[in-house]
Amino acid sequence: MKYVSLVLISHSEEIVSGLKKLLNQVQPDVPIAIAGGNDGEIGTNAFRIKEAIESVYSEKGVVILFDLGSALMNAELAIEMLEKTGHIAIADAPLVEGAYIAAVEAGLGKSLDEVVRACEQAKQMVKVEH
Amino acid sequence: MAFGVEQAKRWMNIANDKIQQQKQYLTELDQAIGDGDHGLNTARGFQEVVEKIASVNYEDLGSLFKDVSMTLIAKVGGASGPLYGTAFLKMSLALNGKKEADDKELVAALEAALSGIKARGKASVGEKTMVDVWEPVIELLREKGSMQAKEAALLAKEKMEHTKELEAKKGRAAYLGKRSVGHIDPGSASSYFLFAALAEALEG
Ligand SMILES: Nc1ncnc2c1ncn2[C@@H]1O[C@H](COP(=O)(O)OP(=O)(O)O)[C@@H](O)[C@H]1O
Ligand SMILES: [Mg+2]
Repeated sequence: MKYVSLVLISHSEEIVSGLKKLLNQVQPDVPIAIAGGNDGEIGTNAFRIKEAIESVYSEKGVVILFDLGSALMNAELAIEMLEKTGHIAIADAPLVEGAYIAAVEAGLGKSLDEVVRACEQAKQMVKVEH
Repeated sequence: MAFGVEQAKRWMNIANDKIQQQKQYLTELDQAIGDGDHGLNTARGFQEVVEKIASVNYEDLGSLFKDVSMTLIAKVGGASGPLYGTAFLKMSLALNGKKEADDKELVAALEAALSGIKARGKASVGEKTMVDVWEPVIELLREKGSMQAKEAALLAKEKMEHTKELEAKKGRAAYLGKRSVGHIDPGSASSYFLFAALAEALEG
């Protein structure tokens, strides 16, 4: 596969399904999988995250973005449960802005490291000048 | 003391009974400093656990706790899912192939569970999480060198109550900062129920 793929995790199914739509509009070629909610309720689920990673896995790499604290624990647990574990990185970035940058960079064919570094810059981004 | 499949099942059953009885209380604790789902989360998770393990004839403690772990990971959407899930996964690895655990082996398995919780959540003592119950309890057992379950449960209760004084630094309650002081940590309360249940399971 040519592109790094994205896995978006949220406590809310609607957050990540909406985010995926938004990103597809900007960059339709990058594979994006989502894992939102737990059994239709608010929460996250390591098994669903694992399936999401597997569904877009390639050696080019997978970058994972998440919303709140405990989603990270389930993402790490999901990675530990996977058979293939290389080429997967969890980005320390805000979900919406981080995923947007990740989609753009991945669409340019950048490497996993480059995509991760770029989307982690989202933390420093100034959105409103005061 | 013998801790075999029967005792382990009894532990889970008693823990579930306590959690079902205290579901509303756990909910209220989590409403005060979190999102209010801890009662629901743990009640659903442990209900599924007892249903899962009831029907299986386990050959060893490892496979029993593996099922406990996987059920909690699958069913509990909040932080307590991966945390308790990891704790029981580490116990299952520590007790792999054992039909029965002696005192030392059970203490070692609980120690592994604590390391799992800490590795997963990266919390230390004093940050107002379940680690504030687990760590002192495991320390006590390690010092005693044997499974002093009653003492452990008493200490767990004391440490749970002590979390009231703490300011949350980890988990959802950390968003409240100083406003988290004055409330018992919900995960510490459910952890106390686990240790109280273990003491009862070993008694009878
Ligand atoms: N990083 C962490 N390390 C250890 N325990 C934690 C951590 N984050 C949360 N907890 C525990 O989990 C409990 C909350 O569980 P729960 O309500 O199920 O999850 P959530 O906060 O995702 O809603 C807290 O009371 C605390 O004891
Ligand atoms: Mg909660």
